[in-house]
Amino acid sequence: MEMEKQETYDIMAVCLLAGKIMLQSGAETYRVEDTMMRIASSFGAYQSHPYVTPTGILFSVEGNEPTKTKLIRIVERTTDLEKVAQVNGISRRISAGEFTIEQAYKELKKIGESGSPYSLWIHVLAAAVSSGCFLIMFQGEWRDFFPAFITGGLGFLSLLYFHQLVPIKFFSEFSASLLIGLQALFFVSTGIGGELDKIIIGSVMPLVPGLLITNAVRDLMAGHLISGLAKGADAFLTAFAIGAGIAVIFSFF
Amino acid sequence: MTIVEQIITSFIASAAFVIIFNGPKRSLFHCGLVGMIGWIFYFLLETNGVDMVLATVIASFTIAIASQYFAKKYKTPVIIYSVAGIIPLVPGGIAYNAMRSFVENDYNLAINLAAKAFMISGSIAIGLVFSEVINQIIRKSKLKTIVNKTH
Repeated sequence: MEMEKQETYDIMAVCLLAGKIMLQSGAETYRVEDTMMRIASSFGAYQSHPYVTPTGILFSVEGNEPTKTKLIRIVERTTDLEKVAQVNGISRRISAGEFTIEQAYKELKKIGESGSPYSLWIHVLAAAVSSGCFLIMFQGEWRDFFPAFITGGLGFLSLLYFHQLVPIKFFSEFSASLLIGLQALFFVSTGIGGELDKIIIGSVMPLVPGLLITNAVRDLMAGHLISGLAKGADAFLTAFAIGAGIAVIFSFF
Repeated sequence: MTIVEQIITSFIASAAFVIIFNGPKRSLFHCGLVGMIGWIFYFLLETNGVDMVLATVIASFTIAIASQYFAKKYKTPVIIYSVAGIIPLVPGGIAYNAMRSFVENDYNLAINLAAKAFMISGSIAIGLVFSEVINQIIRKSKLKTIVNKTH
């Protein structure tokens, strides 16, 4: 009896850790719930009920003994698709029976503690390159490529910096887009850049909440109404922050 | 010339976005491919006079099919591919112009543009969901044939 109780708690710990990593890395709600249930049932807990929202996970397992329930709180959310893919892989291997409970926990812990696969400068470079490319995709001229490259890169760098300084998403996004507007204005007024609008649109793209919007809609359609609305609100707030930052530039100049 | 330009830039932009989202290195190329396919569909339809909303639905539908193909083939979550593809379609330009009109007190134009941005985000979602539904129908019909065989 005591053994069985302990095992149920161990299974729950593995499931919750997997769910936590996935949710923090930006997976869809249905994927998190599905993964947790799969892991639980492959370890022998056939009746489990995960309830996942963007800010917390409730998980309960039914068995012969009284039902056990645990709650964990999710505070920090980032986008780390590599981790989603890795946890997904672990869950597949658990289903195939390749791991014991302890091994699975260790593997998941390793994934949770691992850092980003790319360095900060690669991130900034990617943001810069994508800003320039978006400028061309939105029918901009090639002479604006360089201004958009610089503006987008510095804008993204400042987003990361401000976020480290004050961990309020709205503030960092607002300041980053304000800085993007200022830089674009500088490039246009010195004659290096041509079209102000195109440069700003291209450079703002790395900040746009594309992942959140897609996830919000998929959650809503899958019937996860609370998660869908919460993510939608998050996306709206980000879009509003970016818009407000740019709007400040226009109202002053 | 423009089309070559668009093909190259959309490929690079989508792949770069996967780096920003910390996507797996081995799927960078496929993500770029998904983004490129979606954007070229959208671009060709839009420049040939198809309505923006309809062009977005078709493009996001194509993206979703391509992502599901890659997700099945490489056993990776579908979200990695679909996010990369969707990003170019997000109506950033229209939302920006709407914001600008709001600030310049041109509310009529601003509401117009905002409604358009909303419609386009909705059509991205419709394209994604539509292909998911088709995917599930195919999967279910396959399951049924398996069940029938075993019984």
